[in-house]
Amino acid sequence: MTSPLLELKQISVSFEGFLALRDLNLVLNQGDLRAVIGPNGAGKTTFLDVITGKVAPTKGDVIFKEKSLIGQKEFRIARKGIGRKFQSPRIFENLSVQENLALAVSRPKTPLSLLMHSLKVKHLDQIQHLMSIVNLQSKANIRAGALSHGQKQWLEIAMLVGQDPDLLLVDEPVAGLTDEETDLTADLLKSLAGDHTVLVIDHDMEFIRRLDCPVSVLHQGHVLKEGSMSDIQKDPLVKEVYLGKSEEEE
Amino acid sequence: MSIFSTKKSWINLTIWVLLIALIIAAPSVLPVFRLNLLGRYLSLAIVALGVDLIWGFTGMLSLGQGIFFALGGYCAAMFLQLNSSGEFPNGIPEFFGLYGVEKLPFFWEPFKSSIFTLISIWLIPAIIAGLLGYLVFRNRIKGVYFSILTQAALLVFFNFFNGQQKLINGTNGLKTDVTQLFGQMVGSEIMQRWFFWISAVLVILAWFFARWIVRDRFGNILIGIRDDEARVRFTGYNPVIFKTIIFSIAGGLAGISGALYTVQSGIVSPQFMTVPFSIEMVVWVAVGGRGTLLGAILGAVLINYAKSLVSEALPASWMFIQGGLFILVVTALPEGVLGWIRKDGPKKLLFLLGINKKLETYPSLEVNEQGEVKS
Repeated sequence: MTSPLLELKQISVSFEGFLALRDLNLVLNQGDLRAVIGPNGAGKTTFLDVITGKVAPTKGDVIFKEKSLIGQKEFRIARKGIGRKFQSPRIFENLSVQENLALAVSRPKTPLSLLMHSLKVKHLDQIQHLMSIVNLQSKANIRAGALSHGQKQWLEIAMLVGQDPDLLLVDEPVAGLTDEETDLTADLLKSLAGDHTVLVIDHDMEFIRRLDCPVSVLHQGHVLKEGSMSDIQKDPLVKEVYLGKSEEEE
Repeated sequence: MSIFSTKKSWINLTIWVLLIALIIAAPSVLPVFRLNLLGRYLSLAIVALGVDLIWGFTGMLSLGQGIFFALGGYCAAMFLQLNSSGEFPNGIPEFFGLYGVEKLPFFWEPFKSSIFTLISIWLIPAIIAGLLGYLVFRNRIKGVYFSILTQAALLVFFNFFNGQQKLINGTNGLKTDVTQLFGQMVGSEIMQRWFFWISAVLVILAWFFARWIVRDRFGNILIGIRDDEARVRFTGYNPVIFKTIIFSIAGGLAGISGALYTVQSGIVSPQFMTVPFSIEMVVWVAVGGRGTLLGAILGAVLINYAKSLVSEALPASWMFIQGGLFILVVTALPEGVLGWIRKDGPKKLLFLLGINKKLETYPSLEVNEQGEVKS
């Protein structure tokens, strides 16, 4: 058994006394696809903030590739191989689709290299390939701000993949997408798992079911339950969290 | 897209042809007084290019570019003062005598060298901008807080320079027009003609330099920082380094600009570090067009020329006109004059005035097999 790719150990985050996460443990192995669900305020986004270095945990440790990430700057964590997609699409609106992707695939990411060298052929090919995955070839030179919401979501996912991370953290990728786009996104994420480790956060149960992967339920900053989607849905605790206590039980 | 870029390059080409024609024709057409003014405004275009890099591209509104502008000016003036102080008591610049200073302050020493001076004109402002920028950016100070901080820094420098009579002649500043260079008086006609040419060439070189910086992915990162700095970070770039570099470059350009302005206006004084002057630099760029580089040059030259013409005719009214111009740009032309021209502004204006007629329907769109509009 090889060591896990990512391991969260007893993570707690407190914002001025309010515990956003408490004693959170989570293990992801190479190639896993994992979904995290939970009601509003369960700490889903905070938990990504901790992994990507945006929020420092009050206690606990994050181990990625056998090294701790605590205290590292965001861009260093990104360079180590963790890519993150935000809840609302965050792309560079005033750059074209192609330019957005070029920034994602560029390597090394130093000022000198960006200024002095042009993009390598293999990176240019990679950009074309990424655009074909998310169906944006025809929009290569369009300003990204002019894309539709769904296309922006996909562009951001393509940028993530272009970073070539080992771990992709995807926060609500299907918010505001049509059913068809949702299905395509689910297929896309499934195809990425295996080569990459993918962690998806979402509310959309249909989408999670379609991902067909282990699910962790987060509640009040704690992992309430882990298991397959059907197990989760039968679990009385989970039902209680999502639907509230039924009157008879009280 | 291709049509757009061709149109853009036509507009750029036209403006360049006009600008270069103006530069070549000016020395033979304009009297030396006007030529000197044009030379000064061309040198101001260099600081405006720097403002465009940090504000237009990177989105950092600095209200303290006067610091670096003045530093460049002081470097040049110190050299010129030393270069022509041989016959004064103690062989040091004359003003020191007023305050009973007999020994040259230590930091004046290196400015006896012309090579050191030529380097320090841009390097000293660039280093100070880099240091100041690094400390500010590392602490993630941005937006309005950054603007306020730069303005506060400007006031600190202004007050410091004002108070240092014994070091740099304080509020009186350092005069350069009566100093000597190559056996000529700096304020003489022949020297001023030369400075005009140097300014013109340096504006063009500065434009090429700025263009080279933003032409590819480095420029895209700057735009990315303006659009969404967090995304830049999570994509694996360190925005602090990029912001420090570009702020330092803008500082260096400001220094060159200040040195050229000083030798053409005949004096450098803490007045270069007043709050309104640094804000004016931002206004030139806003009026010319943010993020266009060429707009910064146009804005700096045209607004300043207009300023001198208006001030001669109606001395009291320039401030009103400048304020009005800024309000007009902010409300009606948010992308500046050049951005407005590039986006078919003149055509739209003709429609509004009823001179051109609008097409009755949409022009037909070219559609491919999938029913998508060809781009």
